[in-house]
Amino acid sequence: MPNFIDRRLNPKDKSLGNRRRFLKRAREELKRTIKEQIKAGKIADVDAEHRVPMPERGVGEPSFQPSPSSGERQYVLPGNQEFTPGDRLPKPSARGGGSGKGAGTGESEDDFQFVLSRDEVLDLFFEDLELPDMVKLNLKESVAFKPRRAGFATSGSPTNINVGRTMRNSYGRRIALRRPSRADVAAVADEIAKLEAESNASGAHQKRIEALREELDKLERRRRRIAYVDPVDIRFNRFEPQPLPNASAVMFCLMDVSASMGEREKDLAKRFFVLLHLFLKRRYKRIDIVFIRHTDEAGEVDENTFFYSKQSGGTVVSTAIEEMLRIIEERYPAREWNIYAAQASDGENSAGDSDLCVSLLHRQVMRLCQYYAYVEIIDERETEIFGTTDNGTSLWRAYRTVDSEWSNFQMTRIARPSDIYPVFRKLFARQPTMQLRTERR
Amino acid sequence: MPKGAASNLLFHDSDWNFETLSRTYDAIETIALDELQLDVYPNQLEIISSEQMLDAYSSVGMPLMYQHWSFGKRFVFEEHLYRKGRRGLAYELVINSNPCITYLMEENTMAMQALVTAHAAFGHNHFFKNNYLFQQWTDASAILSYMEFAKKYIAKCEERYGTSEVEVILDSAHALMDQGVFRYRRPPRLSSEKERERARERLEYEEQTYSDLWRTLPPSPDGHNSKEAERDASERKKALNLPEENLLYFLEKTSLILEPWQRELLRIVRVIAQYFYPQRQTKVMNEGCATFVHYTIMNRLFDQGRISEGSMLEMLHSHSNVVFQPSFDDPRFPGINPYALGFAMMQDIQRVCTDPTPEDRDWFPEIAGSGKWRETLIDAWANHRDESFILQYLSPALIRKFRLFLLTDEAGDNYCEVASIHNERGYETIRTALARSYDVAANQSDIQVVDVDLLGDRHLRLQHNVKNGILLDEASRDATLRHVRHLWGYDVSLAGVDAETDDVLYECSTAPTSE
Repeated sequence: MPNFIDRRLNPKDKSLGNRRRFLKRAREELKRTIKEQIKAGKIADVDAEHRVPMPERGVGEPSFQPSPSSGERQYVLPGNQEFTPGDRLPKPSARGGGSGKGAGTGESEDDFQFVLSRDEVLDLFFEDLELPDMVKLNLKESVAFKPRRAGFATSGSPTNINVGRTMRNSYGRRIALRRPSRADVAAVADEIAKLEAESNASGAHQKRIEALREELDKLERRRRRIAYVDPVDIRFNRFEPQPLPNASAVMFCLMDVSASMGEREKDLAKRFFVLLHLFLKRRYKRIDIVFIRHTDEAGEVDENTFFYSKQSGGTVVSTAIEEMLRIIEERYPAREWNIYAAQASDGENSAGDSDLCVSLLHRQVMRLCQYYAYVEIIDERETEIFGTTDNGTSLWRAYRTVDSEWSNFQMTRIARPSDIYPVFRKLFARQPTMQLRTERR
Repeated sequence: MPKGAASNLLFHDSDWNFETLSRTYDAIETIALDELQLDVYPNQLEIISSEQMLDAYSSVGMPLMYQHWSFGKRFVFEEHLYRKGRRGLAYELVINSNPCITYLMEENTMAMQALVTAHAAFGHNHFFKNNYLFQQWTDASAILSYMEFAKKYIAKCEERYGTSEVEVILDSAHALMDQGVFRYRRPPRLSSEKERERARERLEYEEQTYSDLWRTLPPSPDGHNSKEAERDASERKKALNLPEENLLYFLEKTSLILEPWQRELLRIVRVIAQYFYPQRQTKVMNEGCATFVHYTIMNRLFDQGRISEGSMLEMLHSHSNVVFQPSFDDPRFPGINPYALGFAMMQDIQRVCTDPTPEDRDWFPEIAGSGKWRETLIDAWANHRDESFILQYLSPALIRKFRLFLLTDEAGDNYCEVASIHNERGYETIRTALARSYDVAANQSDIQVVDVDLLGDRHLRLQHNVKNGILLDEASRDATLRHVRHLWGYDVSLAGVDAETDDVLYECSTAPTSE
């Protein structure tokens, strides 16, 4: 009879630590891959598992290996059909594929892909956005729950003991089981003391003391046996996680697609939109994304067109805002939808139009929107000049007035990925009021 | 048979439970020990799930392993192949330890569990316990506790010195794993007592023969000088016990820059490499022995009426899958299947012993017709490795059966030439060539430490003894050399020297000036 051991219930994922080390090692390369996939994919796709090819650099395991292109070798092979000594066979390829070990593991390792989990993907995505940890956690959390009281339970953690309930149960049980109270015991003890003090030596007297002693003993045993608070008395407060009320939101992406917006600008804008989308996805069950691009006229387009096609023409920003208003009117009544808008531009606008934009925002848009973010994508060299000043493009100067008046308006200049997050800072800080709005509905 | 056939069955359907497993184990054990006269370590059978099997795969089959990214890479790779259905998982995994641990997959049917128990818990187990290589080089009763120590030690180092510090040492050590084994028994060292005696004698001699006149001699001509240098070199080589084939051992003992814990890491990697070295040299025999054992035992159980026909067919099906040998021109051809070759040779030995042809009597006069196939096999399993086993026992009948032929391949030519086929003239050459292809030591690049001047520039000189003109792949060679330099701390150079002519074929170094 051998020793059988059932290991199936042992903790799994023994390799998880090794996998983590491996990913860390290949981090740079994986980051680049993920970045490219995000660039090419849809905004909503970021928040999912990704397949990535095996990284090449950083994970090589060199060792002294014989070079296949030198020397003499001999192979013994099975399955000879027609050969006789002296026959010559052409070599199939330069790599000596006719050899016994030719097509081994080497080639298959190159072209295989493995899956990164959603968390791993988000980690890589967040890396150069420099998000605060709490925000990262917030974004990764799938659904927000809030614990809500839901009666009592017989098990739970000690911190959740409901003392009132517990003591009530204990009291009831003590009465039911007739646990002698301390006063009962004391009364008997007093009586014994009193009788003993009398120093009456009669037989009846002694018997009485004897009986009382027995009684006292019984009472005390009873007290010991019946606990004051028994585990069966204990009650815990029970909490049930209740999902926070979710509602639908629509996210408007507005972008200037005139020729001045190049690859880099669009890439930054995309990451900005992705982050906003990720954030909204945590808050709302359903999110629609509307893409509006504009040059000197605006139109709603699909995601692909939005990011990858170019148009020529001037730049009239107000057309996009008007288009957005039209779509809100048509499909997303503000009573039913939480409206978010994100606008990306390089700040160029035709003369006089900026004022029109501002008045549109003041009069209509800001009233409808939960949040309106404007990012101006500038050159890295320009950050030094414009960094903190109010100077800048006409659109920037005009929007400053909106910014000062509406608390749900945010504007920032971004030149690199790490600049994106500050735009959202207010959004994350404003969560309580947003909840109010969703609950009201 | 004591009872009716129906009630005599060990198990009836394909589901297993611990009762049937244990009953079957006992039946197998009886046959293995009494009839085949196997000698095994106590068995420990562990049931694992497929995910745990994948875990075990990636940590080179050890139940305990330290953490390293390369195992993560292997895991990702294995998992990918498995999920895509490109590769199935092994039915079992067996560890050369005492007690011998065998992992059984929970998905196996009962018939498979029986097969696997016979294969691993008796076949492999017997081989591990009795083969001379395993006896000489591995310590089955200590390996598990050693691995536990290694795992804890490395985790502790990571805690104390940081994961990346540990990782760079392990990376370098892993690169040299193939060069981290002792291939041959080392000559006994002089005891330190004797050594000191000798040094004292030499000193005395030098004092006696000292003459101040020598100092006044004009600088000697080159020839004399180089002789002097040569003597110095041979002296210091002797002091360091050079040449040394085990690079990891040399670095562990001699490197001047390593901390004690870093030396211990090298030692751990080296011990693991050494532990697996016998397995690499006995792949054909080990699998052949296990396959032969399970085949014999299963047939015996069937003859006794203890296995149903259905189960027997299932076992034969997987047995024939395992010993399938595609021809060289088959797209599935992965090389010679060690299961197929090993099993065929074991069966062939049995046949030669019991039912020899005149040819067999010529080739194997000692065993042909002796009838003692059990003894012959047990002797072969104990005293051979793949190379010597094939050289000794590969019969012409088997060469014909496999239709083996020998192909020579010279790097310069654009063709391969058929050198020998399965005919009278070819048997010997084919057998020798096949045996040599299983000689791990001969097939691995032979790289040794030949010289280092610890008092001088500390330049570590390695020598690659080039056999048959087979050089090293340059990219990986240079990368590996950088790892050696990392562990050594000073410049390292590698010279390729033709083993026959002593010509220097190439030289490379990590020193920036020489290139």
